[in-house]
Amino acid sequence: MGKTIAEKIFDAHLVDQPYEGVNVLRLDAVFCHEITTPIAITDLMARGKDRVFDPSKIKAVIDHVTPAKDSKTAEQGKILRDWARRHDIKDFFDIGRNGVCHAIFPEKGFARPGYTIIMGDSHTCTHGAFGAFAAGVGTTDLEVGILKGVCAFKKPETIKFVLNGSLPEGVYAKDAILYIISQLGVNGATNRVMEFTGPVIDAMSMESRMTLCNMAIEAGGTVGICYPDMVTVEYLWPFIKDQFADKAAALKEYSKWISDSDAQFEQVIEYDLSALVPKATFGYKPDQVKSISELEGTPVDQVYIGSCTNGRIEDLRVAAKVLKGKKIADSVRAILSPATPAIYKQALSEGLLDIFTDAGFCVTNPTCGACLGMSNGVLADGEVCASTTNRNFSGRMGKGGMVHLMSPATAAATAITGTITNSLLFKG
Amino acid sequence: MHTFGGNVLFLDRSDINTDEIIPAKYLTEITKAALKPYLLEDLILEGFEQKRDIADKQVVVTRANFGCGSSREHAPWALEVNGVYVVIAESFARIFRQNMFNCGMCAIELPAETIDMLFSQFSGSATSVKVDLDRGELNFSADGKTEAVSFQVAPFDHELVKAGGWVDYADTKY
Repeated sequence: MGKTIAEKIFDAHLVDQPYEGVNVLRLDAVFCHEITTPIAITDLMARGKDRVFDPSKIKAVIDHVTPAKDSKTAEQGKILRDWARRHDIKDFFDIGRNGVCHAIFPEKGFARPGYTIIMGDSHTCTHGAFGAFAAGVGTTDLEVGILKGVCAFKKPETIKFVLNGSLPEGVYAKDAILYIISQLGVNGATNRVMEFTGPVIDAMSMESRMTLCNMAIEAGGTVGICYPDMVTVEYLWPFIKDQFADKAAALKEYSKWISDSDAQFEQVIEYDLSALVPKATFGYKPDQVKSISELEGTPVDQVYIGSCTNGRIEDLRVAAKVLKGKKIADSVRAILSPATPAIYKQALSEGLLDIFTDAGFCVTNPTCGACLGMSNGVLADGEVCASTTNRNFSGRMGKGGMVHLMSPATAAATAITGTITNSLLFKG
Repeated sequence: MHTFGGNVLFLDRSDINTDEIIPAKYLTEITKAALKPYLLEDLILEGFEQKRDIADKQVVVTRANFGCGSSREHAPWALEVNGVYVVIAESFARIFRQNMFNCGMCAIELPAETIDMLFSQFSGSATSVKVDLDRGELNFSADGKTEAVSFQVAPFDHELVKAGGWVDYADTKY
């Protein structure tokens, strides 16, 4: 019997099975940020275990509240910074070089096919876009990951999604994943790997695949996984060119991390996405999704483009195309947070930031801030935000606020009119 | 090891997420104790009054997919510093469930019918439950009514609870 990609990665990383169904895996990378890691660090210190298993496999960033907004967030940054220096963690990204974790770590080539990755952040599932097993964990699992380079997992079942057809104009990876979550429900993939395959994925950039995999957790999924292909190799090539004679050789090696044709899937779900329309959430759960046509005319107070879901260069290009030569509505304030300094610089050199600022957007530094209501764009009670982020939970972007999740194109169109709007209205 | 059991808080809703259990704005706290006043601050549940309903409760009984959303271990910590060491639900989100056992706390899953029975028999009455982890038995009581319910915790999870968490276990073994 064949194996799924997750089963192959588990087999290749298995250290111990202390009990039936419990797999302790060796980790290839442990990612850290300043919200969930400092408590792990202080706990390790209190236990007299201030050690790291391998500083070259630990990557750390200050991204949630940056620049620090108060003494408490300054202290969180300091704990992480001091720890990174103390343990000679070279891949530590402080302000000026920092970006949203799930954007900057892949951009640096830290996520690779076949890897096991954990982070104290639920959107770690993003890195499955590279054919990795990447899972969000709590602080205690993170602590053990830092200390010993291992993590325990029950072997998850896999749901394979075959996405047929091609996405129509004005429809993006975000619309696809919102649709999938609406079909599954927020508990529909709990303890499951979500494999995304098919012609829609084959045609997607790594940026779009990351958008898709990023929201696997919103259906409860442990990780969203795409099979490595030439798109993956092209993206990683600057980091792997010394390891392989050519790209074909890299592709051959990475093709180990593809599910076998006779692998056992718990379910195979096929969708034809050729007739998909732009989507957005309503209510307080990410599975509460409607077509934009059903939400059109809903007034918003704020538009936010950014985050680990949709703050990458491709997202900025799509939004800028809609915004070019337009102004945002007087009733709206709009915020763009490019997800990393490299994305910021690229957007600057392509003239995209001119388009955003001319339209009336505030462009902030890379940060997670507003997405979870911590900084840089928190809502007031009763306010509504059209957002390219990943969660519309009650209070998520500020107590009493309402968040409509949508694609960067829809968010840009919504900024222009001040009400939820299909981006096709502004197509060139 | 914690002592498990006590007065029950019934939360009659599925998909109660981590942001409802502890909002992100409190994640800048670097002690667990500081989270105490904010447990379930943003919970959407008709009739729920945070201060009144949380007081003197040691066990939560709820529906499906409790703890979905964020990976924040602050969610079990916010329960822990309020003296709630046990959550009984139809199901849990993966990360939350693991966080509970990693902290030496107890996430007990019961079939939907049993959860239905508990809500219909006990919700609305001052209810307490005794938890026998070794025998896998829960004893609910209220107003002279009692109900015994059996449950299973996987051996590994049981081991974590007895060890008081995963850090020392892993450091010794790996």
